[in-house]
Amino acid sequence: MYEKNGEKYFVVDAHMHFWDASRENWVQGREEYAKGWIDCFYGYHQLAPPETHWDWEHYLKVSEEDLMKDVFEDGHVDKAIFQSTYLKYWYKDGFNTVEQNGSLLEKHPDKFIVNGRWDPRDGDAGIHQLEEDARRWNLKGVKLYTAEWHENGSRGWKLTDTESYRFLEKCQELGITNIHAHKGPTIWPLNKDGFSMEDVDQAATDFQGLNFIIEHAGIPRIDDFAYMAVQEPNVYAGCSVVIGALMHARPKFFAKVMGELLFWVGEDRLTFGSDYNIWTPQWQIEGFVDWQMPDDEAFSDYPRPTTATKKKILGINAAKLYGLDVPAECQIPTTAGEKMEPGEELVKDIAGAQA
Amino acid sequence: MIVRDAVWQALETVLDPELDEPITDLDFVASCTVAGDGVATVRLRLPTFFCAPNFSFLMVADAYDAVSAVEGVTRAAIVLEDHHASREINGGVAAHAGFAQTFEGEAVADLAELRRYFLEKAVVAGQDRVARPLADAGVGPEGLAELTLGSAPDSPALDRLRQRRAALGLPDDDDAPLLIHPDGSRVSAAQVPLHLRRAQLTRLGIETNGEFCKSFLKTRYADTAGIV
Repeated sequence: MYEKNGEKYFVVDAHMHFWDASRENWVQGREEYAKGWIDCFYGYHQLAPPETHWDWEHYLKVSEEDLMKDVFEDGHVDKAIFQSTYLKYWYKDGFNTVEQNGSLLEKHPDKFIVNGRWDPRDGDAGIHQLEEDARRWNLKGVKLYTAEWHENGSRGWKLTDTESYRFLEKCQELGITNIHAHKGPTIWPLNKDGFSMEDVDQAATDFQGLNFIIEHAGIPRIDDFAYMAVQEPNVYAGCSVVIGALMHARPKFFAKVMGELLFWVGEDRLTFGSDYNIWTPQWQIEGFVDWQMPDDEAFSDYPRPTTATKKKILGINAAKLYGLDVPAECQIPTTAGEKMEPGEELVKDIAGAQA
Repeated sequence: MIVRDAVWQALETVLDPELDEPITDLDFVASCTVAGDGVATVRLRLPTFFCAPNFSFLMVADAYDAVSAVEGVTRAAIVLEDHHASREINGGVAAHAGFAQTFEGEAVADLAELRRYFLEKAVVAGQDRVARPLADAGVGPEGLAELTLGSAPDSPALDRLRQRRAALGLPDDDDAPLLIHPDGSRVSAAQVPLHLRRAQLTRLGIETNGEFCKSFLKTRYADTAGIV
């Protein structure tokens, strides 16, 4: 829990990792991919305040003690959701598998939620694995990375692939309702834009019983994402990377991106994620609670976040998705009056360039 | 003109298709030399090892075409460095193979459609760049809907918008409306608010990506990258 100026915030870190990018885990002959991947992440890490930077060696793999201290002791987080990411094409034992993450859940059952994963290219074996993981870890969500390379030579897949729909149906059947999707660059066919949101749009329409949390708010296609999300009530924006990469390093861009997300997607469908250990949660949470939309004219089109907005984004929205109890002192006092739905201004034609 | 300068000018016409900025401004050109026999060697570098191969291919291929056309250049050698698909892309471009052939089995077409998709975004974003200052200065939806390219104040943003529209075959003459739909038709006064709201978001998306790319390049090539 985080407390500031008498307000208490229940914090759900809805997107974080316990990864192993150490040299021992690099697949022989594919070392340059393993190194290239973590170097990319390290580039993101540099966008944090300098006093929170780690050296590259530490960044490769943190210990359990590091994680518990960074996330819970210093980091204000009440509940952390592991987003399992495999990348076994270049990390021998996986980047952070359900088992790796689950080992921490078993030691600290009140602190974590473990999300599973699936890959439609794994076929029947993948379905069986998903069933087993769902039973063992009581899965309520999965992380999907569409640009994952596969041993069959494929360098990506789409949510709308026939096999993918089999897995989405299986998720519905197993009560895995939270689908965290992250678009990456390489995907079949390679001549199309791999970051395109079209398949998310289609899948969200076809699976109304599932929630689609689009990590990093669809960056680098935040525009396509926002136009889509305004029309799909079961689509959420995961704010990991938005806060971590922009709030400190590019504050004006951060304000605009948050402003657009609040306008198009709305404060009820945004969730916080620290993306640990790309970044630590402490500075992100403290900074976000202190943050306000600039008074400058250039930002006057955007909604101004309230304490309630921040409480929702930092924990209450994710708590709803995962059925977590929010302590009474962190709840938002109910207010009279109907709130405006995102996009309503557009329908009423009052949005835009009010000069 | 010295051939090396002409080669550099040619490289200034090569855009990152996704960011809609010249690769020279983005500091993607690591080195550029012309040997005595007229062979121009250009080394390109990108912000990450995993930058999308389709955009990367377009930049290498466009650089190849632009440099090859420079008078005094007998051969262009374009080398993309430090990228997961360097080998395929460099080989494919040198062999004039096209994207679909270079990535046979992984791609079903060349990249004209992809290029067009991002040019369309650039045209949307460009309308915000030109219209936003006018809206801020008090021009209302009716006034904005009536504006033409010829009546909008001159600016680099306006020149850039005309170029992108021309590349797409959209009207770019003085009488053409400033605010247009993707098919080139005029945006009505009633449609202006939503049109600009979307244009603002499209521009923000492109520019935010640009900020990321510049940051990553600076980190990756900390010793040599000059951009701030």
